Amino acid sequence: MSSAVFINIARFILLLLLQVAVFNKMDFLGYINPFPYILFILLYPVNGNKYGLLLSSFLLGIIMDMFCNSGGVHATAAITLAALRPTFFKFSFGVSYEYQTIKLIGKITPERFSFIAISVLSHHFVLFLLEAFRLSFFIQVILRTLFSTLFTILLCILLIYLFKPSRR
Amino acid sequence: MQQIFNFIFKNSYRLLFLLLLIIGLTLTIQAHSFHKSKVISSANFLTGGVYATLNDIDEYFSLRSRNEALAVENARLKSLLFNQIDTVTLSKTDTIPGVKKVDVLVSKVIHNNYNSTENYLTINSGSNQGIQTDMGVINDLGIVGIVEKVSPRYATVLSVLNVKSRINAKFKKSNHFGSIEWNGKNTGFVQLIDVPRLASSVRKGDTVVTGAQSRIFPENINIGTVHKIYIDNKTNYYTIDVKLFNDMTNLGHVYIIKDHEREELLQLEKETKENE
Repeated sequence: MSSAVFINIARFILLLLLQVAVFNKMDFLGYINPFPYILFILLYPVNGNKYGLLLSSFLLGIIMDMFCNSGGVHATAAITLAALRPTFFKFSFGVSYEYQTIKLIGKITPERFSFIAISVLSHHFVLFLLEAFRLSFFIQVILRTLFSTLFTILLCILLIYLFKPSRR
Repeated sequence: MQQIFNFIFKNSYRLLFLLLLIIGLTLTIQAHSFHKSKVISSANFLTGGVYATLNDIDEYFSLRSRNEALAVENARLKSLLFNQIDTVTLSKTDTIPGVKKVDVLVSKVIHNNYNSTENYLTINSGSNQGIQTDMGVINDLGIVGIVEKVSPRYATVLSVLNVKSRINAKFKKSNHFGSIEWNGKNTGFVQLIDVPRLASSVRKGDTVVTGAQSRIFPENINIGTVHKIYIDNKTNYYTIDVKLFNDMTNLGHVYIIKDHEREELLQLEKETKENE
């Protein structure tokens, strides 16, 4: 149990640092930036404490907001994703997901991919909508959401493969 | 009482979510609606420190271009100095400390953001170095932004590439003035609005500089050149695309302008308004 807590704390710090130092500096064509830090919320244990998830994703978002000078945009998007996570699990893995052991880490199956895709899409949509905050930028919001989602999904899958615990 | 506790206990997850959502949305709306009201900003010990460390590493990759830019600026200033024939227009320098009109402080951009519609920079000097809110930030090519929030060692700057920023500007050759805004689209261009159509002599390539109305920037600091002119038929104003002299995606050292007469002027204007 305590090792799971440590892994999650380490993931929290590592993803945040990677996001600030590397991924925030990537922007293709002016409006494509990836946010793979939300991998923390996706990889949080399925049967873990849901209050812990909500509070830690809020903290994650607030720290991102500090770094990006963006008010409370990341915090709101992060807790929205944390709250919608069980619904997305149900959507991707079937109704009785709580009784199966879901592991996101491993080979990318259609279920896992659809879970990552729908989570990233909804998070990015909330994020960019709140960031623009004006309906006159709506088309820009949609474009940014779509392109950034593709980029984030790609990076998420790469990161999952990169940090996969090696099994021999 | 029992029932209230039962209700809170039963719905605690939902209530916690709602509480956090309200906090998040409040912070978001506050940051979008009011000027200088941001609670969460990168001008603090944690984020400022992280950005300063990252910038220490980043800096090495651009040392050559920074040096060249400094050499070019030195050459320009030297040529100004050597070619000063007319001594009549020379402004007198006050040697008594504390009576200079404008102080220039040097600082460095440690974090630059330009991909959202509301962009901020972080610089590595703060109230310890004498930086205060609402000071103008420029570099050798032109304007950069206005200081927004200040902590003891760091400060955030509202970039000109921010849809909330409004800066008084005029044409170099005439005194027709307007406001510089950004439409949130291209990082190379800002928009000059509210220029009366009477200013019919506007041509492509005209230089736009800061105006005398703002007490944030001194007059005649470069902004950019006229790129495209749009005429709005409903109102009698031009909207003009201004191509920035500055490459806002590549900023190093910046200068912060400290105007000693600003407070006196603001005080005077405030009192005048109160007396009305």
